[in-house]
Amino acid sequence: MLDLLVLVIRRDLVLAMRRRADVLTTLIFFVMVVSLFPLGVGPEMGMLRKMAPGVLWVAALLSSMLSLGRLFSTDYLDGTLEQMMLVPQSLSMLVLGKMAAHWMVSGLPLVLMAPVLGLQFDMQAQALGVLILGLLLGTPVLSMIGAIGAALTLGLRGGGVLLSLLVLPLCIPVLIFGTGAVEAVSTGLSVTSHLSLLGAMLVFALVSTPWVTAQALRISME
Amino acid sequence: MAINWFKYSAPTTFYGLAGKLIPWFALSAAILFVVGLYIGFAVAPADAQQGEFYRIIFIHVPSSILSMFLYLIMAGYAALGLIFNTRLSAMMATAIAPTGALFAFISLWTGALWGKPMWGAWWVWDARLTSELILLFLYLGFIALHASIDDPRRADRASALLAIVGSVNVPIIYFSVKWWNTLHQGSTIKFTGTSMHVAMQQAMFTMLVACWLYAIAVVLARVRSIILERERNTVWISELSEVRS
Amino acid sequence: MSGLDVWMRENPLAYIWLGSYAVALLIFAIEIAMVIHKRKITLQQVRLMHEAEEEARDDKSGENTGENTGENN
Repeated sequence: MLDLLVLVIRRDLVLAMRRRADVLTTLIFFVMVVSLFPLGVGPEMGMLRKMAPGVLWVAALLSSMLSLGRLFSTDYLDGTLEQMMLVPQSLSMLVLGKMAAHWMVSGLPLVLMAPVLGLQFDMQAQALGVLILGLLLGTPVLSMIGAIGAALTLGLRGGGVLLSLLVLPLCIPVLIFGTGAVEAVSTGLSVTSHLSLLGAMLVFALVSTPWVTAQALRISME
Repeated sequence: MAINWFKYSAPTTFYGLAGKLIPWFALSAAILFVVGLYIGFAVAPADAQQGEFYRIIFIHVPSSILSMFLYLIMAGYAALGLIFNTRLSAMMATAIAPTGALFAFISLWTGALWGKPMWGAWWVWDARLTSELILLFLYLGFIALHASIDDPRRADRASALLAIVGSVNVPIIYFSVKWWNTLHQGSTIKFTGTSMHVAMQQAMFTMLVACWLYAIAVVLARVRSIILERERNTVWISELSEVRS
Repeated sequence: MSGLDVWMRENPLAYIWLGSYAVALLIFAIEIAMVIHKRKITLQQVRLMHEAEEEARDDKSGENTGENTGENN
């Protein structure tokens, strides 16, 4: 089981490294969206500091949508996905591997980039720490929920926009608790409840989404 | 009382049954709408705090309740269709979605119009308003996914899965929005009339039943068209009187 | 904006009716019209399809075409 997981993750990472441009595009998009906000709302530091967690989270959400389309479609187009579904090992495990690889390629760089962008918004060190922790817990959930949408819209025309339409409403709780944690720490409240709820979502998503995505893939590949 | 429910779960028999039931549902819905509006506007007194404005409640609350219940019913049918592979359940889920979305829209619209005189703003990021908006998004996602898949079988199954995932998410979304709301702002103005007048309750209940009957009538009418479209190559369709004539 | 506010306070019932109930009833009416229209269109399609099928069948048998079309109309 674990061998399969590691194998899939390694394969997807190698493939992603061959197309570094794709990974970089997501990251650049993230940086750009975040940097556009001060230009849009004005350079007033007090307001920017207040907005920062929301802006970073929404930008992370949008950039993870951007790369979701590629999660299954390249394998679908060259027929690999069909072969993968025929292997005797569990499809859920395989899907989990692909989700993990997707997060490492498109989620983790955003998390690593976030502190730099947070400094642009004059965030305090403590708030930054909580933001990173929240993003670490939350972005995998975004990848996993997104995978369901990616599997459902596999091979459809206009799949990208449709995918966002399906997935964005489902991601709202993650957004709320992610930004809520930063807000709590900057007003001096405890962050444990927010972060533990995010953690609970992560566990719940880990348990349920691979199976749901596998079902969605079966429906789409029929 | 040995009704064979499975008999009516086949599109063949259901088509005829629905055709017979629709006029009754539609007629009783129309009567109850008139009765409900009469009680709501002529019998029920004006509210002490909200004056006449509270009368929006008679359409606002039933449509909110319906939009939520219809989503659950839709997800239930979707699950039935996915598990037991029945044709009719998937058709029912597809037929419910537009009505649910419209009720969600009516609920948002009337909520905004109620908010203006009460809160002084068309839109308040109130927990209930926000979750209703997200519910509308979920409906739209379902409809869009179903519409963009050409193969009806895949469309049914894919959107069914989406509806189920959405229904698992609805409580999470509701509680997170509620929590978010209490964090961000103090308590918004709530409907203080815990002691609602009897006539108000009667009017609201009548309108609720009327909305239910209306929704059932419209959904049945829509599902009949879907059955006709999907099964157009079967023998029983070609033997229907409305097709032959 | 304040003009609307004043009007709203003076005519609450008109505001409620025009703003909420008329809109809701209009939406219901549109939905009913759409459902009826859909029904009409689908019936038409199905009928056309069956007519075409029957014609094709009649052309194949080739003999009693006149009789059949007479029955169907």
